[in-house]
Amino acid sequence: MSRKRLTRRQFVAATAMSSAALIAAPYVRGAYAAGKLSIGFWDHWVPGANKASTDLVNEWAAKEKVEVTIDYIPSQGNKNLLTIAAEAQAKSGHDIFAMPTWWAHSNADQLENVADLMGPIIAENGEVNGTAKYLGTVGTKWLGVPACVGSQIKGPCSRIDLLKKHAGIDVQEMYPAGSEPKADNWTLETFLKAAEACHKAGVPFGIGLGETTDNVDTAGAIFLSFGAQLVDAKGNLTVKTDAVRQALEFYKKLIGFLPPDVAAWDDASNNKWLVSGRGAMIMNPPSAWAVAKRDAPQVAEQCWTHGFPAGPKGRFAPYLPYFWSIWNFSKNKEAAKSLLVALSKPAAIEKMVTASGGYDLPAYEKLTTLKVWQEEGPPKGTLYHYPNPYKHQTLSIAASPAPPKIAQQIYAQATLTKMCLRYHQGEAMEKTLAWAEGECEGFMRS
Amino acid sequence: MADVALQPNRVGAAQPARKRSSLQKALKRKSTAAFLMTLPLIILITLLVLYPAFYSLHLATLNKSMQRFVGLGNFEFLFKRDTFWLVVKQSCIFAITAVLFKALIGFIVAHFVHNIPAKGQRKWRGMLLVPWVIPPAMSTLAWLWLFDPSYSAFNYTLSFFGIGPIPWTGDAAWARFSVILVNVWYGAPFFMIMYLASLKSVPDQLYEAAAIDGANWWQRIWYVTLPMMRNIIAITTLFSLIVTFANFDIVRILTAGGPLDHTHIFATWAFRIGIEGSDIPLGASVSLFMVPILAIAAIFILRDVNKRGNEA
Repeated sequence: MSRKRLTRRQFVAATAMSSAALIAAPYVRGAYAAGKLSIGFWDHWVPGANKASTDLVNEWAAKEKVEVTIDYIPSQGNKNLLTIAAEAQAKSGHDIFAMPTWWAHSNADQLENVADLMGPIIAENGEVNGTAKYLGTVGTKWLGVPACVGSQIKGPCSRIDLLKKHAGIDVQEMYPAGSEPKADNWTLETFLKAAEACHKAGVPFGIGLGETTDNVDTAGAIFLSFGAQLVDAKGNLTVKTDAVRQALEFYKKLIGFLPPDVAAWDDASNNKWLVSGRGAMIMNPPSAWAVAKRDAPQVAEQCWTHGFPAGPKGRFAPYLPYFWSIWNFSKNKEAAKSLLVALSKPAAIEKMVTASGGYDLPAYEKLTTLKVWQEEGPPKGTLYHYPNPYKHQTLSIAASPAPPKIAQQIYAQATLTKMCLRYHQGEAMEKTLAWAEGECEGFMRS
Repeated sequence: MADVALQPNRVGAAQPARKRSSLQKALKRKSTAAFLMTLPLIILITLLVLYPAFYSLHLATLNKSMQRFVGLGNFEFLFKRDTFWLVVKQSCIFAITAVLFKALIGFIVAHFVHNIPAKGQRKWRGMLLVPWVIPPAMSTLAWLWLFDPSYSAFNYTLSFFGIGPIPWTGDAAWARFSVILVNVWYGAPFFMIMYLASLKSVPDQLYEAAAIDGANWWQRIWYVTLPMMRNIIAITTLFSLIVTFANFDIVRILTAGGPLDHTHIFATWAFRIGIEGSDIPLGASVSLFMVPILAIAAIFILRDVNKRGNEA
């Protein structure tokens, strides 16, 4: 059997030709040339809202040749929090995850810095509000891109008819659709008088004092309206101050005008309170109104979402943002960043907000006057003031401005509502303050 | 030389045969077969129980940011917190009261069912087991609606008798009562079925002998039934104590630990701290605190069972 020997010259020539062919050949992009990306989005409660996100992601994926998988993870039963904890421990999981409020900070070391994205996004969409910055940054590092999906303001949702009849307050006149609020007289004092009047009329305000977020958020905004902070921005204990005492005194009076069972209220209780028609006001995003629209249209027609009453130190409203964060163990960070930029385009944001019926809130100042908020109803314009279009109130989160790692503990342990309940139930003011101080000392452990 | 050359071959041939036969013997051994059959379960327990248990031990020794070893520092911290001792107290009240009532109700109902004629007994047994068969998360949701602060069906019914409204989950004492009640409702059928099985194994001759001796119903229970059921009672109590101490779903769904932390037990407080508060090491420490309490209970109860076993 003859065997042809490959000469040195032939070998060099063949190698050179193959290399030239490889370099010169046109680049043929495969269907998923840019790799894979897995996303853990928050599972929206509004039917059809997830579809808007899916469509936007798919559109981007087709253009960028990325294979995407999306998991919609519900917040019911804290499933999203459990998934975050599991992925943080395993250092494996989704590339992008929708982090609620405190969770970007609590996982800060494991999140990719997206400051390079935020510059252009802010330039296009406008400045982000202070709470989004407080929760989404560590120094100059951005822990995620503020997500409009799931972000919300928990302002008052009032019954137009009941407030007019029993408290003499015309909320539509105070917060007219399409124009600036005329709410200078909408103070905590007026609010308390209205609460008393509605209580006497048998339609009390539905403000909970349980340990879940709706309850804590309202307490947080009211405390801030008095300038009351349990821990200040530098991490100093500031429980035993006059501002905290004033806030507690206010709450003691307010609790007297609330339903007797508010200590046991959870996040569903206030919604049920409004939908059942038993109350004149709750503090909630428009989800309760949306349920009323379906189940009790006669109640929904009388609902008006508006701003918080002002206290001695300003007008504060609870704001709870979500962030789309990229885990630092992600294997496709570039694609993840590209997707987050695509999802932060004004058109994409408008599409998602519209799909949510106006529930979702962008954190950017140029995007607070979208068409959906002007048109949603009945009554038409009920959501006009929901996104705080005139920056009439300071968007805040309970327990801020304490360093987020301490504030998260104050928030999760519902220290504010517990203080209010303790004091209302007859505990001496100083004893309540001492208890809260002890709790906060514990939250400061590193 | 040829013999010598062949010798190793002979030895070589004999060795695998011996090995094969010893392997065959080992495989034929009952203990090997039993081990192999339980191996899937052992692997499963190692993966799903042992590994997480050791991992949580590891977590409990880290600081809040999980970057530094702090030894028993988390436990030292917990021992100084009032809320922690409140949770310890409540866990004990919850578990002991619930187990006591479950055992008592289970014992009484088991006797009732035992005395039902055999024909209709199966139907009753099935019906009485329903609370235990329904997943507790689902049945507790139904209880939550019954106890709802504003729309409680119980309060609605009681209002016809001029009673209430009772703050089932809004007042500390009532909230404790409510969570214990639901736990008893859920767990009593387990005791009932265990006690029923035990009752059926008590020989009738013993009761006949007791009747001849003139024993009344109480003496029959005290001197015949209870001694014959001792081991089952001990094992069931231990098992239920462990499960009740580690309960999570009932409290989480009904009260989430409120009002004012007065219904928190170890698992719910650990979840609040570890998952909701993002302090996983402290949460792990809280949940691990159950282990020594349950271990002591287990040692006492199992030692007693062992003693009785030896006596027998």
